[in-house]
Amino acid sequence: MTTPVKLLDFITILPVIFLAAWACLLLLVDLWVKHKRVTAYLAALGLAIGLGLLWYQAAWIGNAGFNHMVVLDGFSVFVNALLLLSGLLGIALAYGYLRRMGIERGEFYPLVLFSLSGMMLMAQAADLIVVFLSLEFLSIPLYVLTAFAYPKAASEEAGLKYFLLGAFAGGFVVYGIALVYGAAATTALDGIIAAVAEGRANLSLLVSGAALILVGLGFKVAIVPFHMWTPDAYQGAPSAVTAFMSSAAKLAGFAALVRIFALAFSSLSDDLIPILWGLSALTMLVGNLLAIPQTNIKRMLAYSSIAHAGYILMAFTAFGNPGVAEVSIAAVLFYLAAYTVTNYGAWGVVILLERAGDLGLEIGGYAGLGRKYPALAACMTIFMLSLIGLPPTLGLVGKFYLFRAVIAADLIPLAVIGVLTSLISAWYYLRVVVNMYMRTGDPEISPEPWALTITGLMAILTVLVSLLPGWLFFLASQARLNLF
Amino acid sequence: MVPIEYYLILSVVLFAMGAAGVLARRNALIIFMSIELMLNAANLAFVTFARQYGQLDGQVFVFFVIAAAAAEVAVGLALIVMIFRSKHSIDVDQMSSLRE
Repeated sequence: MTTPVKLLDFITILPVIFLAAWACLLLLVDLWVKHKRVTAYLAALGLAIGLGLLWYQAAWIGNAGFNHMVVLDGFSVFVNALLLLSGLLGIALAYGYLRRMGIERGEFYPLVLFSLSGMMLMAQAADLIVVFLSLEFLSIPLYVLTAFAYPKAASEEAGLKYFLLGAFAGGFVVYGIALVYGAAATTALDGIIAAVAEGRANLSLLVSGAALILVGLGFKVAIVPFHMWTPDAYQGAPSAVTAFMSSAAKLAGFAALVRIFALAFSSLSDDLIPILWGLSALTMLVGNLLAIPQTNIKRMLAYSSIAHAGYILMAFTAFGNPGVAEVSIAAVLFYLAAYTVTNYGAWGVVILLERAGDLGLEIGGYAGLGRKYPALAACMTIFMLSLIGLPPTLGLVGKFYLFRAVIAADLIPLAVIGVLTSLISAWYYLRVVVNMYMRTGDPEISPEPWALTITGLMAILTVLVSLLPGWLFFLASQARLNLF
Repeated sequence: MVPIEYYLILSVVLFAMGAAGVLARRNALIIFMSIELMLNAANLAFVTFARQYGQLDGQVFVFFVIAAAAAEVAVGLALIVMIFRSKHSIDVDQMSSLRE
């Protein structure tokens, strides 16, 4: 059944190939570049070209490549566009930050590009082996980036913890894939569906395999009880890396989760719903409750990111229900876009206030920001409101779509838990706002043009898109999963 | 011929030993070895199933897993060496600079 490699095969993963090649070139060019700023601009140029290639590639939507190992569909184009944009935002935030922290090393930008190309491949993977390979491809550069502030002890330790738990999760994914292979005699998603439909598959093996894959990917997107690495890795990593990792890695992880489960394992939905129900409820509760006592803003945002993984998983719980699956996938994509925008904005503020030696990271240090830098405080207020899910922000619209999908699937108790935990989250998000406006203090910011621009832009987008969310939701609902 | 089940049982035992090792041991190197054990348990399962189905696919996957594991070793050992240089210990319980 195998066909020889054609040009079309390469077109289906053109941006991925380009990005990986560009990163290799950048590693070489960086040797001769004296000012690392140039490397940053070249990396951004590569991402911009990647976006162009993605647009060019869109004419071939609906094709599979390399014997159905990868697919190019609306879903993957949507996710890849978000990933490339989040790479651009990550580089913009890192630009001034790295120099200020004294860790401006040229490898940073190629590593970001390598990780991104792994993530983009993951969004396109239509075979479990490609899922595993892209998972490693995206994770290994992230381990290095987490430890990028060496010889700072916190960063090294964060890197090691992330590495050990990430590799542990990788072990679960591989074993899960082995079991699925044993059950269906193939690792291709379409082959698994065919095997299940024809009754050839060994269902108990398939369910255990799916559960192990869920555990492994659950580690990557930080779902409780597989979240232990998140607060440490997010706090210890350089803030610009955390911003990138918390948005882009989550995006890629959820893209793979959605594709694998909604397509290949949709027949297992009845077995998996109680598991997903419990995981998402637990994630929302634990993430939000543990965020309350945090005094360090990076740690607080880490728990907040766990909680948001819970909300996204909540909408995806009913993935096997054919009437709901489409709405819930669109809601997940919309929320991921909304979260990316808000998250980068919030990390932009954190980066502006951080000073070398881990100073300026306490939430108490935000006191007086409202008086001294009213515009920045207004931006931070918008991001906090968006993370709670209050108007007039993107967070509210995103949560509205998520809850609509949950209610359509008739999982009312889960929706109630979601609403209640959102209320709990107001406690710790609003504490930041209260600190900024109602306490006196003398915070200092580092006026970096790029970080300021990104923060302002994200604040504007958070409000503006929430007033006219229709087009983004339309795009998200057009982003269909294809199988071939 | 040894029945397929024996290989699978061995693979499950290896995987469980690896997972238990990650959770129970505190030395970063031993944890890392336990993770490798988990990956190799998966490799054994792949080869077993490939033999059962008379396919080559499963055996090819093993090469992919080995290659990915080797890449992980490169980064992992570098991280461990770096930490050993600054702390003279690779006990994960002593890595407490990130606790509240």
